[in-house]
Amino acid sequence: MIAGLYIDGTSPLHRAGAGIKILAMIALGTGVFLIPDWPVVTGILATVLAFYPLCGFGPSVIWAQVKPIFWLLLIFFAVQLWLNDWQAGLLVVTRVAAIVLFASLVTLTTKTSAMLASLERAMGPLRPLGVNPEKVSLAISMVLRFIPVIATVASEIRDAQRARGLDKSILAMVVPLIIRTLKMADDVADAIEARSFDSDEPAH
Amino acid sequence: MIRFENVSVQFEQRRVLDDISLTLTEKRIAVVGANGSGKSTFVRLLNGLQTATSGTVTVDDFNPAKDGRKLRRHVGFVFQNPDNQIVYPVVEEDLAFGLKALKLPKDEVHRRIDEILARYDLTDFKTHPSHLLSGGQKQLLAISGVLVMNPRYVIFDEPTTLLDLRNRNRVERAIAKLDQTVITVSHDLDLIADYDRVLVFDQGKIALDDTPANALSKYREMMA
Repeated sequence: MIAGLYIDGTSPLHRAGAGIKILAMIALGTGVFLIPDWPVVTGILATVLAFYPLCGFGPSVIWAQVKPIFWLLLIFFAVQLWLNDWQAGLLVVTRVAAIVLFASLVTLTTKTSAMLASLERAMGPLRPLGVNPEKVSLAISMVLRFIPVIATVASEIRDAQRARGLDKSILAMVVPLIIRTLKMADDVADAIEARSFDSDEPAH
Repeated sequence: MIRFENVSVQFEQRRVLDDISLTLTEKRIAVVGANGSGKSTFVRLLNGLQTATSGTVTVDDFNPAKDGRKLRRHVGFVFQNPDNQIVYPVVEEDLAFGLKALKLPKDEVHRRIDEILARYDLTDFKTHPSHLLSGGQKQLLAISGVLVMNPRYVIFDEPTTLLDLRNRNRVERAIAKLDQTVITVSHDLDLIADYDRVLVFDQGKIALDDTPANALSKYREMMA
């Protein structure tokens, strides 16, 4: 998800509305599982891949999206090959790859704020049921924002424990990470309050 | 004008601030003291992040205990660690976050964001992921996120602690150029050497209240 964060551009996909792209993502995600023919799904995957250069993204960007799931795809293919045949393996791999690459394409061409604004609008009707779209939207943006921050904290703790010869101890890693994350959560809550966030007043 | 009248803050058995009374009218006010002396609690009272156990705090016509939300648009707060203050994953989106509360027209939001990015040489990073900025750029983004709201007062809580010398100097210059009233909590005594007034906190009380020339030399003796 972090690899797929927004990259600025002026392509038609960059300019398309976030809501339309999210709907297209849902349609594609459902569609590829309803189609049982590997050549058709491979064609869909090829179409998704063709969008990358159209949006100004080269092979390195495509690889950055595939890399985290590469071994998973190989395992899927091997399992299907063992249980069924190579066509079944190809069908599973192309389905997953098409969904992941299209979802990445949506996040690469859509600002988080545009995505969240669409989400807030979509959740508007749920307000009478007690759902607060502004709070949900803020929570999602903070997940995206703080994954790399927490990864950096984890890396600092790992280095510190390694320096003390405790690199084999899970407790020495997990306990300070939880403590620092909780402290950070307190500080972030203060900062959000200090920046006038008011979830009771709709922002749009 | 900021006024404290017999303000005390107590956390369970510990009295963090003890009967503080003063009036602040200067443009540059520094707050110093040892860790746990009450200085951070003192500034957190100014925008309602902390409420007084007894006594009254007044910032212009606002009472932070009652008008917290309105006051936070009037009193900006820059925290020590910018990573805890930047909420959105992209620079321009983070700047827009605080502006949402002001319900400004879109054009005005874009104008303010472009203006503040240009002021701190961050224009090239407008659509950049915020976690990939350098430490100094993150601190400038955190400052921008506060200044874009056009507050009347800006509080800095140890703004240079995590920075290298070059970025510390950039932040010092940024603070010096502000038109707003600035209240800075800092252990960096050079940062506050040109301020108008220095408050030295010790065990929840104001031990010294003087010009930097007088207060800082006595503070250094206290801490020796």
